[in-house]
Amino acid sequence: MWSKKMNELVDFLIVSVVLVAVGIYGLVVKRNAIRMLISIEIIANAANLNLVAFSRYTGNIQGQVFALFSIAIAAAEVAIGLGLIIVAYRLYKEIDVAEFRSMKG
Amino acid sequence: MVDPIFVGLAVLTVGSAIVALDTKELIYGAIGLAISMLGIAGFFLLLDAPFVAMFQIAVYVGAVAVLIIFAVMLVRTQALFTVREDKGRKAAGIILMLFIMGGLGATLLISGLNTPGSFTAPPVDIMAIGQEMLTYYSPTLIVMGLVLAGAVIAALALARREDVEQKDERAS
Repeated sequence: MWSKKMNELVDFLIVSVVLVAVGIYGLVVKRNAIRMLISIEIIANAANLNLVAFSRYTGNIQGQVFALFSIAIAAAEVAIGLGLIIVAYRLYKEIDVAEFRSMKG
Repeated sequence: MVDPIFVGLAVLTVGSAIVALDTKELIYGAIGLAISMLGIAGFFLLLDAPFVAMFQIAVYVGAVAVLIIFAVMLVRTQALFTVREDKGRKAAGIILMLFIMGGLGATLLISGLNTPGSFTAPPVDIMAIGQEMLTYYSPTLIVMGLVLAGAVIAALALARREDVEQKDERAS
């Protein structure tokens, strides 16, 4: 019954916009490094949603291929980001970015 | 008029994204992020992209969320509970969020993308994705593999504890 009701492209884009706004709110407000990483992930997910939605809209394959690459790159980015957070925690005993005063190891 | 599955997924995704950012305990934040990514995978299924949805579940829910949970466990709990954020910054963040939502949302709604029957193109075939990945995008695939290998090696090198290893060598 609900399969008759078609979703439209703009619905997905609105969800993506809301996710980007929530992610930017997290990046602006939060000072916890892990939470900032989480907000970056939310923004990346919104971008992936856009890619796949436009891939469905145009019937092109490139959108899905780019989304796959983007997911893989985001995984690498999280690995590096968490490694940096662990090192920073070891140096400063703190994961608050306001406390990372010097870049010197 | 709107699909109830879509509305449910949207509420789940956005709600757990907000929970991921605003809970007091960071471990619940990581779990909220995982649920939000499951919601995104559901959107991919609605968009007739099952391969990307499975990839999303395997990589994000299976790897990234678990990685974040492990990092939260490695960090001492006392550092996680000291939340220092001033009210002014939070209010400014919320205003910025609403501004972005309103501005971009209104732009989308009045743009030419807001037309009914937008998904009339045939859905993409999974086999075509595989063929495209192994022919036209094969150099990109190789570079991506190298990037992932480099990221893993770099993360291992970063997380190495030199002081502990030196102590062990002296002891032995």
